[in-house]
Amino acid sequence: MEHNLLQNAVVYLGAAVLVVPLAKRLGMGAVLGYLVAGILIGPFGLRFVADGEDALHFAEFGVVLLLFLIGLELEPSRLWALRRPIFGWGGAQVAGVAAGLFGAALLAGIDWKVALIAGLGLSLSSTAIALASLEERNLMPTPAGQAGFAILLFQDIAAIPMIAIVPLLGVPESAGGGGNAWIAALKVAGVLAGLVVAGRFLIRPLLRIIAKTDTREIFTAFALLLVIAISLLMQWVGMSMALGAFMAGVLLADSEYRHALETDLEPFKGLLLGLFFIAVGMSVDFAVFLAQPGLVLGLVAAFLVIKVAVLYGLSRGLDIARGQHLQFALLLAQGGEFAFVVFGAAATARVFSPDVASILVVVVALSMVVTPLALMAFDRLAAARECAGGKREADRIEPNEDHVIVAGFGRFGQIVGRFLHANHVRLTVLDHDPDQIEVLRHFGFKVFYGDATRPDLLRAAGAAKARAVVVAIDDIEDSLKLVDAVRREYPDLPVFARARNVTHYYQLMDRGVELIERETFEAALRLGRSVMTAGLGQSAYATRQAALKFRRYNKQTLDAVYPYYKDREAFVSMAKRAREELEAMISRDRKAFDEETGSDWD
Amino acid sequence: MNEPNILVVFAHPAPHRSPVHRSLAETARALPGVELRDLYELYPDFDIDGERERELLRAAHLLVFLHPFRWYGMPALVKEWMDVLLQPGWAYNDDNHTGECALRGKSFWLVTTTGSGPDAYQPGGLHGRPFTDFLAPYEATAALCGMDWIAPLVMHGSAQATPEAVDALAAEFRRRLEGYAGLANAAAEERAHGT
Repeated sequence: MEHNLLQNAVVYLGAAVLVVPLAKRLGMGAVLGYLVAGILIGPFGLRFVADGEDALHFAEFGVVLLLFLIGLELEPSRLWALRRPIFGWGGAQVAGVAAGLFGAALLAGIDWKVALIAGLGLSLSSTAIALASLEERNLMPTPAGQAGFAILLFQDIAAIPMIAIVPLLGVPESAGGGGNAWIAALKVAGVLAGLVVAGRFLIRPLLRIIAKTDTREIFTAFALLLVIAISLLMQWVGMSMALGAFMAGVLLADSEYRHALETDLEPFKGLLLGLFFIAVGMSVDFAVFLAQPGLVLGLVAAFLVIKVAVLYGLSRGLDIARGQHLQFALLLAQGGEFAFVVFGAAATARVFSPDVASILVVVVALSMVVTPLALMAFDRLAAARECAGGKREADRIEPNEDHVIVAGFGRFGQIVGRFLHANHVRLTVLDHDPDQIEVLRHFGFKVFYGDATRPDLLRAAGAAKARAVVVAIDDIEDSLKLVDAVRREYPDLPVFARARNVTHYYQLMDRGVELIERETFEAALRLGRSVMTAGLGQSAYATRQAALKFRRYNKQTLDAVYPYYKDREAFVSMAKRAREELEAMISRDRKAFDEETGSDWD
Repeated sequence: MNEPNILVVFAHPAPHRSPVHRSLAETARALPGVELRDLYELYPDFDIDGERERELLRAAHLLVFLHPFRWYGMPALVKEWMDVLLQPGWAYNDDNHTGECALRGKSFWLVTTTGSGPDAYQPGGLHGRPFTDFLAPYEATAALCGMDWIAPLVMHGSAQATPEAVDALAAEFRRRLEGYAGLANAAAEERAHGT
């Protein structure tokens, strides 16, 4: 078995690695690449993998992770603000499409029960494909993306009652787990309430404790554990796993560990989603297709035409850029993964004959293959038409704009941050010390837990829209790593850095950092001044002048010696000479100032 | 002449509150041959780099002070600039020094604004004296350093100045600076060939 698992892993990963880059080269997008890879290795392609079922079940977890991560982006307050589009647009979409398909099926003389379930099932879109396509095209922040997202979210909610009513239409027989509807409803309510309470009072403290151990992989393990456990819990009460994960994400959206969770789960999400698409590709049952190719293709065409028509009509009412209506309709046109579940339930409840179920499953799978193709064609056409509606709107998901990122909020970064905060500068703070974060959150700072040297965390923190980044990390290695990441990913972002020592100062200079401050210099110079005045009774003003001169000259020397800093000997002798010069100069000035009679200020 | 031969020492602690001075400073900055030193921007810590500033001053033929008038005199940083730069033996000769008198033969021009209107500067007015009385320190400084005194350009009641008045003053400022740049170049030629 485990041998088999590894073999399968090689096949899946190999197919993905070979086909997806090729697909991207051809401008087809990754989603389509995965689907094609699935078709190639599946039972009807090269038959590397006999059965796609298991993979599909396992890979559904990719969709779950996707929704968890989307939930993380949405704070509860924002979700509440979205309630109208979700229920309004989502309801209109499901009702409209289902009605259209139901009517068409009745006209074709199909039994009303079959028509109803098929219409409802096919009204759902594929969250995975639609969202992946939205992200591929950077449409998420646009009105079209937001409306699409709202509709997808509603579909996830609507899938639950759909699955619930299927047995009611079926042959009254051993409908598995019929049970008592009241108990089921209570279970759902209980689990949801439990989730809200746990999110507040259990999960966050746990995250803190785990973050404190400072073992990255355990944090990742916990993040995965969290999502999987919640999904299973949801499954147990008969709700959509994806919806549960989404809710869990929303509950953690305003937590300081949001970015860390995002960066840890991102790679899993990508791979599992890929696997999911591969599995869908594999599940296209070509035997059914070859038996009645005309029927299947006709159904796919009819289904897509009706769905696109309804969606297109719906999109006219949305605030969508000109020329994006059709794109929006195509994005949501394909059948979704929940259709498989609904049709499976319908087959179990004998509403569908096995034949009908398998034909419809093929129709859905094919529609998933067709929509990315249609979108690609649309992109080509739009590019050819040079449509002017392609300008991106302001990103509304991440409100971090026009802000300053402070990385490292220890003794040093904290002073910088508090000063900026007092002057109403918008701050985003990154730190990896949970204790520190707890304290700061009490003071109302927006602090995120995470390893600032990771480029993905920078992206999550909104580096693209930052005005400056302050590097105040204790560790020299990490500080340089972060500067390198910023230079590589955001070359236009000004960097203000704290240097631990002279070598660090020079290493920062090597990287062209805009402004570097040695962490001890200013404070030590102030103390030196105080020793001269309060300790030795020297004139305060003269000492200030001497300190200013010392600072200026010291900075000049620092810069002058910079070219030699890698050459130990030259460096030492240069520095020594500079120090002697400085001492001579200051004592000269001092003497002139201390003379009883002078040419000025007599 | 690539060297800027006009040095404008501009000092305003809160330029965002003064359209007049913003406009005048921009005017000077835009002219070729003019070096503008925005003191409050360069030396917010009052830590003036005397050597650097003396170099610029030495290179100029005309020194312009551009600043608002407050408490009958210049803003603190301009005074600090004077204290740091105008060392005996460099800026002027005194008995003990045979200095270089670096400022001799240069010209000095004050461009300033006052909050009160012209009526306030007269006996019986708010300030009790004619405005020229308050210019004595500037005149004496210029005289001691051997600089030619150019009649100041003064705008009274600048707080109430209309945009048109501001534009007119800026235009006048530009005209005078441009005119002087030509003259100074000619004078420099003459000095080079003459005595």
